[in-house]
Amino acid sequence: MTRASYARTRTVGLALVVLGMLVMAVGHGWGLFVAPREAMMGDVGRILYVHVPTAWGALVFYLVGFVAAIGTLWTGRRIFDASTTAWVEVGTLMTMLLLIQGSIWARPTWGTWWTWDPRLTTSAVLAMSFGVVLLLRRLIDQAGRRSMATAVATIVATVNVPIVYKSVEWWNSLHQPMSSRESIDSPMWMPLMITSLGVTLLGIGLATLRTLIELSRLLAEEAAPELPELPDRLSLTRPEESP
Amino acid sequence: MTLPQEIAAVIAKDLRVEWRARAQVMALVAFAAVVLMLFSFAVGPDSTMLAKHAGGYLWLAMLLASTLSLARSMQTEVETGALEAMLLAPLRAPAIFYGKALANLAVLLLVALVAVPVDLVITGAGVQDPLSLLAVLALGAGGIAAPGTFYAALTARVAGRQLLLPLLLFPLLVPALLASVKATSLAMSGDAMGQMSSWLILLLCFDLIYWSLCGALFEKVVES
Repeated sequence: MTRASYARTRTVGLALVVLGMLVMAVGHGWGLFVAPREAMMGDVGRILYVHVPTAWGALVFYLVGFVAAIGTLWTGRRIFDASTTAWVEVGTLMTMLLLIQGSIWARPTWGTWWTWDPRLTTSAVLAMSFGVVLLLRRLIDQAGRRSMATAVATIVATVNVPIVYKSVEWWNSLHQPMSSRESIDSPMWMPLMITSLGVTLLGIGLATLRTLIELSRLLAEEAAPELPELPDRLSLTRPEESP
Repeated sequence: MTLPQEIAAVIAKDLRVEWRARAQVMALVAFAAVVLMLFSFAVGPDSTMLAKHAGGYLWLAMLLASTLSLARSMQTEVETGALEAMLLAPLRAPAIFYGKALANLAVLLLVALVAVPVDLVITGAGVQDPLSLLAVLALGAGGIAAPGTFYAALTARVAGRQLLLPLLLFPLLVPALLASVKATSLAMSGDAMGQMSSWLILLLCFDLIYWSLCGALFEKVVES
């Protein structure tokens, strides 16, 4: 990657972040002040405009990460490795936000911070699964092994999403009926679409910037001179652990 | 050698290793029993409560014990360079995976063989449907063994592996845990609503997905 293309990509990323925030501001202004109040929940229902786009974003970003992970295994190219991390990271951020928003909404609506609703539980498992993928990545020093581990763990975590959802749905349906999905009326549809677009743009922008950071980190790592390995006696592993 | 022969060779090797270090296996079984005791201490001597959750205690004990045995089974391969030797033998990567996963499954079933009676004695739960219980144990342990072996290999060379393995494994195993606990409870207290088969099917699907996915991806893991 040349210096010029790096600068260009960074400008695009920053522009997308700013644009995404502007679009979100418009959407939220509409959702908070123009759109009608939700009949059952009142103003609390306006969390719709931030919650649904966040959920949508999380799923889509994980999916892009999954595709990038397959690209890593397929080609072994650095750019796929960097973007897998970037997308999984943005997806995890969205999932965390989703859980926080959900709790804030659930307290006045259901009277509790947490229930074992399939979507809630799946989101929590998602945040855990993908958070650990990022942790795993940080703990591996050797570049080849790290990109492989990130890709493989991302693929397995993504495959698990529908299985977790299905199993929690069954598990829970024996206890209590599932809350029904609210149908959305047309005056609420427009701001929802706008904020969804905003979150998508913001996510693409953040992931682009994060990919650039990761890419420069990988390049710097490759350019750095190899340090001589410590002799066994000085190393921190116990003697019986060293190969 | 054909693939089944290679798999059989790896299983035989792993079981031989386990047999020669049988004190380790004994320690593992004892660990599961101790965990079961601890659960009942934590809950208190309320016998109806204990019997109601007997399935949950059993699978948590299995899960906690499994991470220890899974990590150890991969550790021996990586430490001594045995994994490279097996690949050079040459064994195919899937053969190594399936061999090790089946051997791990055998160890887990051995743990279950002791943990189930201990669980029944401590909690006072009965068994209404022994056949289904056996099926749940086999499928549930299979659900732990395949992803467990896979992640043990993935983390074998990583610094914080003792912590990373359960962290990676437990969120993944949520569906298997839910289904195993539900099905075990049904096998213990009776299946009035006829739900057993759906949980067993869920477990079977989980097993099929992860035994094939992990087998396919294992080559990438040992390659690097």
